[in-house]
Order: sequence, then structure tokens, then C-alpha cells
Amino acid sequence: MESKSNAVQQEYIVSAIVEHRPGVLFRVSNLFRRRGFNIQSISVGPTEKKELARITITVGGDEKLVEQIVKQLRKLVEVVKVSILNPKNTVVRELALVKVTAPDYKAKTDIVNYAEIFKGRVVDVSRKSLTVEVTGDPDKIDAFINIVKPYGIKEVARTGITALPRGESQTV
Amino acid sequence: MAVMNGARALVEALEKRGVKVIFCIPGGAVLDICEALANSSIRTILTRHEQCAAHAADGYARASGKVGVCMATSGPGATNLVTGIATAYMDSSPIIALTGQVPRKLIGRDAFQEADIIGITCPITKHNFQVERASDIPLIIEKAFQIALSCRPGPVLVDIPKDVQSELAYVEAGRDPEYAFRQPNHAPHPLQVKRAVELLAAAERPMIIAGGGVIASNASEELLAVAELLMAPVATTLMGKGAIPENHPLATGLLGMHGTVASNKLIQEADVVLAVGTRFSDRTTGKVDEFCPDAKIIHIDIDAAEIGKNVEADVPIVADAKKALQEIYKLLQAKIVKKERSALMAKIKEFKEQLEGKANCESELKPPRLMVEIRKLLPEDAIITTEVGQNQMWAAIYLKVYKPRTFITSGGLGTMGFGFPASLGAKVACPDVPVVDIAGDGSFIMTERDLATSVEENIPVTVVVLNNSVLGMVAQWQRLFYNRRYFAVNLGKVPDFVKLAEAYGAQGFRVQTLEEFSSAFKKAIESEVTTVIDVPISPEENVLPMVPPGKSLKWMMWE
Repeated sequence: MESKSNAVQQEYIVSAIVEHRPGVLFRVSNLFRRRGFNIQSISVGPTEKKELARITITVGGDEKLVEQIVKQLRKLVEVVKVSILNPKNTVVRELALVKVTAPDYKAKTDIVNYAEIFKGRVVDVSRKSLTVEVTGDPDKIDAFINIVKPYGIKEVARTGITALPRGESQTV
Repeated sequence: MAVMNGARALVEALEKRGVKVIFCIPGGAVLDICEALANSSIRTILTRHEQCAAHAADGYARASGKVGVCMATSGPGATNLVTGIATAYMDSSPIIALTGQVPRKLIGRDAFQEADIIGITCPITKHNFQVERASDIPLIIEKAFQIALSCRPGPVLVDIPKDVQSELAYVEAGRDPEYAFRQPNHAPHPLQVKRAVELLAAAERPMIIAGGGVIASNASEELLAVAELLMAPVATTLMGKGAIPENHPLATGLLGMHGTVASNKLIQEADVVLAVGTRFSDRTTGKVDEFCPDAKIIHIDIDAAEIGKNVEADVPIVADAKKALQEIYKLLQAKIVKKERSALMAKIKEFKEQLEGKANCESELKPPRLMVEIRKLLPEDAIITTEVGQNQMWAAIYLKVYKPRTFITSGGLGTMGFGFPASLGAKVACPDVPVVDIAGDGSFIMTERDLATSVEENIPVTVVVLNNSVLGMVAQWQRLFYNRRYFAVNLGKVPDFVKLAEAYGAQGFRVQTLEEFSSAFKKAIESEVTTVIDVPISPEENVLPMVPPGKSLKWMMWE
């Protein structure tokens, strides 16, 4: 779907509660592909109800595009509830595992210090590398990756964001 | 509780839902279902290609308003249904496609005749199911019917592995499955109705666009009541043709790329547009930024995703068309007295006479004249189906339709070869009325093999082939927009359609004059024998009026 160029482009978090069964993620992601909506990140996991899962998707676009995404998602039979989360009123988290080159004592100490500043944890160590787990909003993870970049990044795994609205709202 | 196999459970679930007929081609992966069907009340119609089975089910659904059912085996059988399912999806037609699948333990191993029909049909069905256990079948079939018929109707596919069909299961007999599809509230929002009524009451040049949703929700009466109260002209989209009797003084005919002058001119001048059950397709709006530039738009649609998708609505009403129109009428009636718009009525009359004049003054065997002639020779409730291309547009512009569900065409997907198998489905649904397929030679060739079905199953329809030996609409575009550079459109003089019909045991006529046509057509309708009438026409004919692609509706080509 075409977005008008003068409309405000921003990042939206779409949260969908879906039936927890095989094929549902395919239907959701296929809908995005079919309608030309670009997924920036997607994360999926179970909820407190065993028959339901939550899919958290971030997309870039204008308000009209996101409204269309939500309406199309709501038409899928296995989608139970869809909402757009307002960033001001949402807890947003992402987890990253960052494997950094650390050939000597000095590098290891530096990276451990940075990890502490970012409230991260060292989860694996080898002779020439450290793996750090960092959690937070995506900007914080970006910042951590940037600061350790000079040491040499071997591998990064990021989960994509997951999010919940603040306050007393509930799944369904 | 009764013990039965999955196939038996399937057939009983279909019978419980009132299914009378299935269009199908069997194969290895549906043999158990065939055995169960053989011992049932359901009529099974063997088509000669799965695509025809799907189109026939679609034609049945559109003519009757009930679910049409088709069936195919796994692999190629299932993939051959795809065009038919996509056609039904684009035009919101409720069909259920049953497909066989390889046994559960072979799924994913590229077994013989295995295709991932669930993955393939995801984007062209409202929903699809792969059955995992025989005991799930009654519930899944019930869900499939509810999904196909509810809200905006559409196709549902149920894929059943072969070993599920033969698996024994306990099935609860005589009890309805406890399932209700999440039904949103179909009633219109009172505030939006109020806003709509205020706009309509104050409008000086209101206009109504009736789309396929009016027909799907059986809202023709309500639409006419609102139109007459406002004295608002009613244009129809291709899918909405039949929503208002086209001999009504307020009916202005088709809107859009091949719209009538009346529809396209009046819509551009309107100050308030009431659009009912239409998705504002590009073929309807022309260049969308210049579509009725001065109008406030009230958009009624049961599918919330259609509102604001292509055209911004000033008043959005997400509701069933019938209910929304009833509410609007109620408030509007209290607010205004029936309008008099004699100047407007005179204008519409003049536009329509121009169009009719064009059809009537043309020399004998030109398509517009033929359309008028066909209408004269048919009863009001006769069903017309069309193929796609010039034949479809001539029918849409010049062949007046008086009742909903009597004009059946592939509007959204534009599937050549749709009209003939759809006419078979329509005839099965409505055996007492004549059914006529308006065809071109290019389209008819795509599915003509099902003349065999028509003859063998005694489903008599009449096919009028407008035979210009060319892919007419493609040639028209090449003529008008590509400097007459005709490429890959010439079909030559084959086949001989009279001999083709006779080869299948149908009757064939070739006609050269209008008189010959009329007498052949009368014979076809009266004889109740499948008939193909070959009508040679010039390959140079253009369908007019026409708005060039991507242009605003005000740029109509007329000569």
C-alpha cells in the first residue's frame, strides 16, 4: 500500500494476540508480505493463557498504513485481538546476545565494565571472546553494541522487541 | 454418538448444512469421500477440469446466495482449483473447496500428488483448514460454512488427508457443533448514521454508488427506497450491476473505466456520494485523486479494512448494507420530504437515450445492438454470466439487468473462462430460468471443454460467442495506446464453434444477421438444449465509452 509522502513516517508497535497453533505465524507474516507491509522486527511467544500467543511486530510507516495493517490483521480468523501500542505508555524490551573479541585481560576488563554500566551480564567466556547479554529498549542495545564495536564484534543475536502496555490492561 | 469414518462424517456434515450439489473431479486422495457421496443425497457433478468445478460452485453461490461446494483430489487437482478460489475471493463469493491430501505420515515428504495447498491458498481464502483427526470434521465443516457466509463472504478451503477420511471416529449425531464464529456487530453506529443523514438531507447533487455488497446483503429494496426519497441517481460498479433495476429512471448504469456518460459525468459533479458495499477499485474510480473532487463521501462497508483503503471516507459506516440503509432511510424520511429533481431526471433520460440510440442505430451485428436484442428475448429473471474482456464490458454497459443475482461476472480477478462454468453452476441453482453466457472466442476456449459436463449432466445453457478471432480487449488497448501494434492477439479462424458444439453433443448455430441471431437465440432458450451461437463480429470494434487507464473519469472517450 502506498503511503503519501507528506504523511508522518514513524515506527509503530503492533501487538497481536493469536491462537497458539501451527501455521498462525505464517498467516500473519504472509499477510504483511502480500500487502507490501515491511516488518522491521517480529517476536513471538506464549502468553499466560496456553491457547494464546502474542506476536509483537514493529513496522515503519504512517498512521494510515498502520491502521490498514490492523484492520487486515483483524480479519484473520485465528487473530483474537490487535492493538497499536503507544510508545509513551508501553514497556518495550529487547534482548541481545553480543559476542565480542577479547584477546587479552585489558579487553576483557573493559567489556565487563561496559556490560555492568548497561546492566548486562557476561554469559559466556572463551580464550579470545566474551558473550554479553543485554536487555532493554532497542536504543540501549544499539548503544552497547556501538561502544564495544572497536574490540571487534564476532556475532550478534537480537530477539526483536516485545512489549506490553503499562497499567492494568489484560490479554483479552 | 455414532462410529463412522471421516468421509462419512464429512458428507453428513455437508448434508446437515443443506448441501445439494458438489462440483468435482475425483482422484486417489478423495476416494473415500466419493464412496460416502455415493451413499448420500448430494448430487455430484463431474466437471472436466477442476477450475470449472470451482467456477461452477462460484456461479451456484452467486445465483443462489448459498454456499457453493467443489472438490478435487490432492496435488494437481487442488492447484487447478486455485484460479477459481482466487476469483471467488476477489468477488466475495462464498464457496467451500474440499481437497484431498496425502496421508498424514507422508505430508512434507513430497509424496506423489502432494501440494501444500494450505500455503498456496492462504492469501486467496478467508480461511483454510487442514483436518488432523476425523473427529474434528463436523466442527471444521460448521466453522467453514460460518466463515464463508458471515460478514464479507468468501471462499474457505478444507484439506483432508486420505487417512483421515478412512479413520474411524466417534461423531456426535444430531447435535449442532458448539461453535459460533466471532460475529462483530453488523449494526451501523448511530452517530455516523446521523452524520450521513445530515449530509444527505443537505445535499444538492447527491449520488449513490451501489457495489456488490448491496447484492450480498440483499439490500436492493432498501437502496431503492433511499434513492427515491433523495431522488439521487444510482450508478453501479461491475459487481453491483443488478442492485437496482436498470430500467429505473434513477439508474445510470455502470461507473468507471467503461462507465456510462450518465454515471461518470454525474459522479464527478456530485456534492455528496453515498457509496454502499464497494471497495472503490481502480476500475471504478479512475485516477483516484481526481475522483468526485467536490463530494463528501459516505462509505458503507461491512469490511472495516475497505474503509479508507482506496478512498478517504468523510463518514465511515462499518455495517451490513441492509441495516445501514434501513437506519438511514428511517432518519432521512423524518427529516426531508421526497425531493423533486425534474431537471436532473431529464438529464439522466437524455444520457440514457443517447446510449440506447447508439446501440440501436448501429448496423445489425454490432455487439451493443446484440446486447439489447438478447435482453428483449429473455425474461426478467434470466441469468446472464459473462467471460472477461470486451464481451464483459459490452454486456455491462448495454445489457440491462433488472434483478440482483442475475448478472454474474468475474469483476475483481477478471478471470477469462469464468463465465461458462459459472453459467453451469447458476443453472443448477436456478433450473427454471434461462442462463446465458456472453462470451468472446478467446475466453470461451479457455473452459469450453465443460460443454461435456453441460450435455452429460443435462445442464442446458446458451453461450453467445462474440467471435472476432482476436483477444479483443488486449487488441483494443494495443490499438488505442500502443499505436496499433498488435502482438500475440490473433486467434485465427479456429475452432469452428458450431462443429465444436456438435462434437460435444450440443447444438451450434452460426448467424450473420440480427434476424438469424434472434431466431437461433429463441430456439436455444426454448429448446433447453445446450447451445453455442457463433456470432462473427469485426476485430476492429472498440468498447466505448472508455476512460484511458490511470486517467480521471472526466476523460471519457466516446467516439
